[in-house]
Formats: sequence, C-alpha cells, structure tokens
Amino acid sequence: MIISGVHSIRMQKNPCCVKLSVQPSRGLVDEKFSILVQNTPPGFQVTVHALHHSEDGHDWEAFAHYTANNTGTVNVSEDPSLGGTYSGVEQMGLLWSLRPVPGNKPWLRMRKMNVQTPMEVTISVYQGHQTEGFTDQAPLAGVVVERWYMAPGVRRVPITEEGLTATLFLPSGPGPFPALIDLWGGGGQLVESRASLLASHGIAALALDYLTPKITVETGKMVENEYFEKAYKVLEQHPQVLGSRIAMLGISFGAVMTFKFAVYSEVIKLSCAVSVSGSHVQPIDGSVKQIFDYLIKNAGNTRINEENQTIWRDLLLPIPTDPAFKVDVGRLKCPLMLVVGEDDQNFPAPESAKDIKEMMERAGNSHLLTVLSYPNAGHLIEPPYTPHVRATNFVTVGSRQKVVALWGGEMVAHSRAQEDAWRKLLVFLRENLYGTNLGATSLSHLQRKGISWDPMPNGLVRDGLHLFYRTEVNS
Amino acid sequence: MSQTIPPVLSVVPTRALVDETFKVVVENLPPASPVTLHALLYSEDKDYWEAYGHYVSDHRGTVSVAEDMSLGGTYTGKEAMGLLWSMRPEPGSRTGLRLRKREVTSPMLVHISVYSGHITEGFRKQSPLASVPTERWYMAPGVQRIEIKEKGVRGTFFIPPGPGPFPGLLDMWGGRGGLLEYRSALLASHGYASLALEYFSPSELQSADLQIQYFETAFNIIKDHPQVIPDKVGILGLSLGTMLAFNLVAESTKIKPRCCVCISGHHLVSNRLMIDGSLPNDPKKLRFDENNYLIRRDVVLPVPSDPSQKIDVRNIKCPMLLVNGDDDQNSPTVEAAEDIGNMMRSGGNLHLLSTLTYPDTGHLIEPPYSPHFRATTVRAPRTKEKVMILWGGQTKPHSDAQEDSWRKILAYLHHHLYSSTTPKAKM
Repeated sequence: MIISGVHSIRMQKNPCCVKLSVQPSRGLVDEKFSILVQNTPPGFQVTVHALHHSEDGHDWEAFAHYTANNTGTVNVSEDPSLGGTYSGVEQMGLLWSLRPVPGNKPWLRMRKMNVQTPMEVTISVYQGHQTEGFTDQAPLAGVVVERWYMAPGVRRVPITEEGLTATLFLPSGPGPFPALIDLWGGGGQLVESRASLLASHGIAALALDYLTPKITVETGKMVENEYFEKAYKVLEQHPQVLGSRIAMLGISFGAVMTFKFAVYSEVIKLSCAVSVSGSHVQPIDGSVKQIFDYLIKNAGNTRINEENQTIWRDLLLPIPTDPAFKVDVGRLKCPLMLVVGEDDQNFPAPESAKDIKEMMERAGNSHLLTVLSYPNAGHLIEPPYTPHVRATNFVTVGSRQKVVALWGGEMVAHSRAQEDAWRKLLVFLRENLYGTNLGATSLSHLQRKGISWDPMPNGLVRDGLHLFYRTEVNS
Repeated sequence: MSQTIPPVLSVVPTRALVDETFKVVVENLPPASPVTLHALLYSEDKDYWEAYGHYVSDHRGTVSVAEDMSLGGTYTGKEAMGLLWSMRPEPGSRTGLRLRKREVTSPMLVHISVYSGHITEGFRKQSPLASVPTERWYMAPGVQRIEIKEKGVRGTFFIPPGPGPFPGLLDMWGGRGGLLEYRSALLASHGYASLALEYFSPSELQSADLQIQYFETAFNIIKDHPQVIPDKVGILGLSLGTMLAFNLVAESTKIKPRCCVCISGHHLVSNRLMIDGSLPNDPKKLRFDENNYLIRRDVVLPVPSDPSQKIDVRNIKCPMLLVNGDDDQNSPTVEAAEDIGNMMRSGGNLHLLSTLTYPDTGHLIEPPYSPHFRATTVRAPRTKEKVMILWGGQTKPHSDAQEDSWRKILAYLHHHLYSSTTPKAKM
C-alpha cells in the first residue's frame, strides 16, 4: 500500500516513532495481556511477532498481520489478524500459536521445568506483512514480557520424606489451605507447571513424580499404590493444609491413577477428583507397573499413521465389560470432573467418558459428574496459552521406546479448549475445596445468624440430578 | 482440631508497574462479615508503612475494594487504590518520614492482608485470615539502566526495551536526597529514554553544578545517544528541577527541547542563580505553622514586577506544561504560574503554555499511588540540622491529583514526543 507524501522508509530506523506496549508486562501464565501498537501512519501494514527461547534451547515464534486504523493504531485484542500463525480477533494468539522456528528439528514440545523463573517472550512489531526472516532484520519496536508460573509469595517446598519425590507449592499467607495432588502422564519426570499455578490461585498443590522418582531410579522398581497414599498423608498432616479438603488432579496416565484412588483407596479421601484426557480402564487392583503391563499386553493395537506417528488410543479399547478392568465409578462418593478432547489420539478419553456416565447413571451417582467435552481438541490439554502441539517426540517410561506420539487436536479449537477448561477447572476446585456448603463450622455460624445463602456461589449449572454440560466451542 | 476454611484473597495483577491499578477481592467470607483490608510495606529505610480500610462482605461473602465502600481506616469510600496512596508510617515510627525507592531494579513488595473485624492497630501482632504479597515495579522488563559519568555529567540513563530509537527526556527530579532514579525508570517503562540527572548532591554541592552548561551538556548526551531521536528530547522537572528547567529553556541558545513539563516550580529567581549558585533564602520570610513546620513559600514572594528579577519566560520557544497544587506550602507555584501566563502573553508566546492546577494538593506531586506527605524531615544542607518542611496538600485530593496529572503528563509527552504530526502548542 503506497502512502503518498511520505519519504522513503528506511528499514533500519523507526520511521515514525512506532510505540508498542504490552500490559501487563509481568503476568501469570494464565492471565491475558493486551498488545497495543500506536503511532503508525494510517492504514500502515505491520506484523506483530512473538519470540520465545525455550528452556531446552529452541526458538519458538508466532506472528500475525495487521493493518493500522486511521489513527495509526493496532489493538490486538480488538483487531483481526489478516494472516500469520493465527487469524481473526485473538487476544492471546501470539502465545498459543507459537511454533518452533523453521530449521529446528521436528516434533518439539514446549515445557518449563524450572517454574521459579518466568517464561520470557519478546513481542515485536515489524513493518509490512512478513512471514519469515524476522531475526535478520530490526523490528520497529520490541518489548519483553514475563509470564510467571508462581505468584509472589508462593512457596516451593521440595518433599523427600517417606521416599517421595515431590514438590509442594504453598499459597502465600497463613493458611491453612485446601490441597491437591497433581499427577502427570506417562513421560514421567517431576512436572511443576500446573501445581505452581494452582498454588498461585490459593490451592496447596503437590506435584508428585510417581514414574521416575528417586526410589525407582535407584532400585529399578516402580512404586506401589502405598506411595500415593504416603503422599496423601504428608499433605493431610501438613500444618498449612486443610486435611479434610484434598483433591486429586491427573492428566493422561495420571488420570488413570486418579480414578483408582478416588474410588478404592481406604486412605485417600478426596473432596473431588479431576481427570484430564484420562480413562477408567485398567486392572482395578493393579499397581503402576501392572497397569503398564496391561497396556503393553494390548500393544498390538498400536497404530502408525502415514506420517509415522504413533496412535495409542486403541490400547484401552474396546471399553471392557469385565468389571475387573474398569474402575467402578458407580461407587464414587465425591464430585468428578472429566476434561475430554474429542480428537484425543493418545487415550480413548471420549469413549471412557461415555462409559463413565453410563455407569454412574446406572448406579445413581451421576449428579457428581461434570463432563467438559471439546470437539477438535487433542490429548495434551494444558494450562491456557500453552502452544498446541499435534505430535511430539515421546519416550514412555515403560517401554523406553522413542516415538513420535500423535496427541491430536486442531490448534484453534484446542487452544480454546485449554482456556475454557482451565477456567471451569478453577471454578470446580474452588467450589469443592473452598465451598462453604461443606464446612460444619461455617454452616452453624450461618444458621445462627438466620441468613440464607446460595450454595452454588460460582454459578455451575445444576440440571436436576445431572451436573453435566457439553461445551460448544466456537472454532 | 477443626480448621476453618480461610477466605480467598486475590490481588490482580500481583506484579505491576507502580502506576498500574490492581483489583483486590476477598471471597468465601461469611455474608455480612466485617473485615479489615490492610497493606504493609517495609521500606528500604527500615520503616513500616501501612494503610487499611474497613469493609463488610456482601450476601455472597465477597468484598471487592474497587467496588465497595471503605467505612473507615486510612481512607474511606470507594477507592480501588486507597490501600496504596493512603499509606503512612505505622504509629510509633520516626516522624517526618518520606517513602522513596532508591533501588529501582527490584520491586516494592506490598503485603495485602485481610483481618477479621474492624481493627485499627496492632496488625503486625495478629495473624490475618489471608495475605498476598504484590510487587510494584518502577522498571518494566527489558528496560536498561546505565550509569552516566561523562563530560562531568552525573546521572543514570534508562532506555526502553527494543531497538529504538526513542524520544528522550532530561529528568530533573528535585532538590535534596542524592540521585533518585524512580521516575526516569518509570518513564523508560513508558517508552522514553530518560536521564535522571544528579545535580544537587548535598555533600558535594558546588555552584558549578547549577551552571547552565552542565544541563546543556546533559541534554546533549541524551540527544546524541544512538538510541535517541535527536529532535525529540524533552525536559521534565520537579521543584528545584523545574526552576532549573525554566532557566534552561529560557536562556539556553544551544539546546532545543521539544517540550517541557514543569511540576511544582516557579520562575522567581534572578540570573544570579546561574552565576553564583545561590538560591533565594531570606530567613525573615520563613514562617512556621502551628506544628512548627517550616513554610517556605513566602521566601520568593511577592512576585516581582521587574522581569530582571525573574527567569524571562518570554524567551521560551517550546511547549510547556505546568503542574501545580494550590496548597503548595513550599513554593508559591500558583502565583508564579499566573505571572508566567502574564509574561508570556506580553511576550507573544502564551500559546505554548498549558497549566494544570489541583485543589488541596501540595508540593510533592509524584507518580500515582505514592503516599502523600504533608510534611517531612529534611536536613539543612549546611548546618545539618533537622527541620520539618511543610509541603502541603490533603491526602485524598493530593492523591487524586497525582493520578490525574500523571495520566495527563504521559499524554502530553506522547503528543509532543511520539506523535508524527506537527505538534500542536496546546493539548
């Protein structure tokens, strides 16, 4: 687009004092930011660009094309991207559409293992609608944005007693706080990104490594179910934890374990449970090793697609009718939330959710069930704005085999699902862990005052006996 | 042991620049429950500063500071940021304290807490129901801090993140107290390459420092910096800094500032200032109020009619914004502003002048949410004697003035230093 009357614009110098601001410049990873470009000529074409150098040393980028309005302004929250790694009006698109810069090796995943430092993202604005070569030229303006997993005052406490490998994140303040055990999936390691964020929202969260803890690394033996019960007891007895308000949240293999303990454990008494991309299908008496063996037994159901990506969802299909191989969710006594990506290629989460609902309806406890089901979302439903990855390198702890695992999901729908699911997850946890309709003390206090109150303060929909809703996600 | 479920206190955002607002919300209280919201800061000078407000939760057990009324405390009414601007030293502290951050690469850590009931003292002796620390930063991520010792000029230069080049600012932040960087750091966080100039170090006061060449050299250091746009450099002054700024823009033939922001200053000094560095100080004109606080505003009054007794503002060629408080007990800024207007009218350059005057506002007009100080202790430079100087202002109107003036100052700077169109003289 030619703008008449303007002298030739040199690429090296800022021709007209373009001003870029991002607010907040320091935020939590689940907070939104606003990006404003000001002072361009009217109708000026720009590319807004994000660059992140990951912990494992790779560059990730996202970019979007905008045209300034007649006051020379681009507002990413309100204006449509005309192309790039995302299009349309997307306030947070520069984060969730991040992908490895071309030239990197393929199938990378972005993970932050050190949650005590922020993720740094450089947001820049370039002249014109560009698609590559960003690092070879000077932008018109650039700012640095910090994205934190830990709010100020959140305390990180490594836990090594009782042979555990875990990290406890305590919210700031005197407490005591409701708590949660956070279980990740089959790749193992001690993943702290979600627990630290939950503590920033007032929940004492214990990230538990149950696949690659010190004790397994040293002895070669996988942990027994007592390991999880020890973790529960450590939490329950912690002076800053409300022992009667403990939840469990698991993703993938972690969700498989969550079902087991939520229903069968004599020791672990949960206020609520959350399964993200999980399944109740497993040998119900099985330990971690036995569940892995069960999966390996069904390994023949593994499929490889034309891109040589591994699909594992059939290892747990068909959903068994034999009660020895699926957790009897009809016996569940606490609220349960399922987060399901309908394009999950790694676990049969949608089929499991359907079976769980049927089992609970037959048993008469389906009022405890909430299902969030997202079309075109994949397996890795992580905290919001985590870049979507459809397939990545993966090594299962059990097999030690290196594959490219297909997780599934389409970027936009998956990103929307992450945002929506996180928001609803926080409400679910807040209601069940902080809710005043459960505490005897609060109840009698209020009854004395003769005050009536709404027992559903956070607005989750109750529909008769069923607490179930399907989320229509606009792609 | 039965444990009660604590309320949930959230401060959003938990990390912010000092001029950004936050939302403080308490949830999960019993309904109609009286609570006290409290803010606590342990300063670099090792004093405790606090503010508090009394609230009653609504039918849902929620208190929202931005929306609900404080019924008492260090502030009342609907005040989203009252927990910051109404802070004062904890009872029992040393008197005459002032809160200014020297170390700007780290944030101020303010602890926001909620206590049961309406309490007014002894906060640190009891456990709150919930507590959240919040960071208040003068520097955005990526801002560079560079110490300057060049051509005899001393100061600290703050450069915004990004390739630049940026508009520049010469920040003359006021007399006393060493070199204060916080306003320049904040201005750089808003996109201006800003030099906090050291020029009034009490221990090494030399009249040479007040000579015009020192300031011209400082201005040129900014202008010539590779990351600064040479024809977009402005000046910002407070108090003594404003007086020097007036002199610089009126008398200098070597520099061309794009605009000048003058906070709490006056032009009522003669050229003598720039020759022998002596500031007007007629002890007969000093007054003391009922608390024995020193009122200095009369020292340069009455406004002389002879132009040679004043800085000749008729020579000024750049747009100027004056920001004053009408309860300024240290300097007669309102009277001076009126005289400046008259002089510029007769000089034909009145179109360059904009003035903001705030009611019940004192001398120390700082960035928003800074606590208000009606009087603070100052050491007399030569005798080292401690004296309480009355700055003026009432806390609530003064805080409103800080908030409003900062927004307008940023808009003024943006208009003159960032806008690509020919700058208009008046806002």
